[in-house]
Amino acid sequence: MSDTVSIVIVSHSRDIARGTADMVRQMVGDEVKVAFCGGNADGGLGTDVPRILDAIGTVWSPKGVAVLVDLGGAETNSEMAVEMLPEERRGRVVVCNAPIVEGAVMAATEAAGGSPLDKVQAAAEELAAG
Amino acid sequence: MTKSRSVINDRVAPNPVNAEGVIKGSVQLIHAVGMHARPAVKLVKLAKRFQCQIAMRVAGRVDWVDAKSLTKVMATRAARDSIIEFEASGADASAAVAALVTLIAQDFPDGGH
Repeated sequence: MSDTVSIVIVSHSRDIARGTADMVRQMVGDEVKVAFCGGNADGGLGTDVPRILDAIGTVWSPKGVAVLVDLGGAETNSEMAVEMLPEERRGRVVVCNAPIVEGAVMAATEAAGGSPLDKVQAAAEELAAG
Repeated sequence: MTKSRSVINDRVAPNPVNAEGVIKGSVQLIHAVGMHARPAVKLVKLAKRFQCQIAMRVAGRVDWVDAKSLTKVMATRAARDSIIEFEASGADASAAVAALVTLIAQDFPDGGH
């Protein structure tokens, strides 16, 4: 199934990002494309805009991309990355206000059923609202 | 994870229809750790394959939850050996309830796409 919303995970830690992506693949399956990025070029903590853009590009889906982030810079850099996307893609990428691990699993489960981007975002954010 | 009790047990009871066209079913949760994350994901993914509305609850509780919401299904924290009830309404409600009851009765087998 290729017409599902994709997931991008952005953490300050590459290990957390990779581990979260592993959880999504193992728990939800491989019908939803998942990309992750985290850490800086020196192997330390950090996030950066070009890597986030790359991650979005590798899993791009016409149905859209839901981005799950951890703290501070991960969110602002993800928002900056969205702003730098070509205009026709910009409206189809959302940064979810949700805990990164739980939100990623919720979003991917919703996406696996073929749900549109707004429903995927709502599923991830349902936790924060509760 | 115990795989030994894959036989559909005698608590499986998908009852066909009542007057309002609501399809009901119930099944005992035999999964060793109850309704934890992985079983919940499988249940929700399966539920989402159907068009009908599907409500679910742990027998004896008041509140029904949307079986297509992972947050709500996980939040039931249904324990091992509890009875899970379903009520579905819509065109494919019978198939949905049958599929969900079977999933739980067979202890959430892998690879059910």
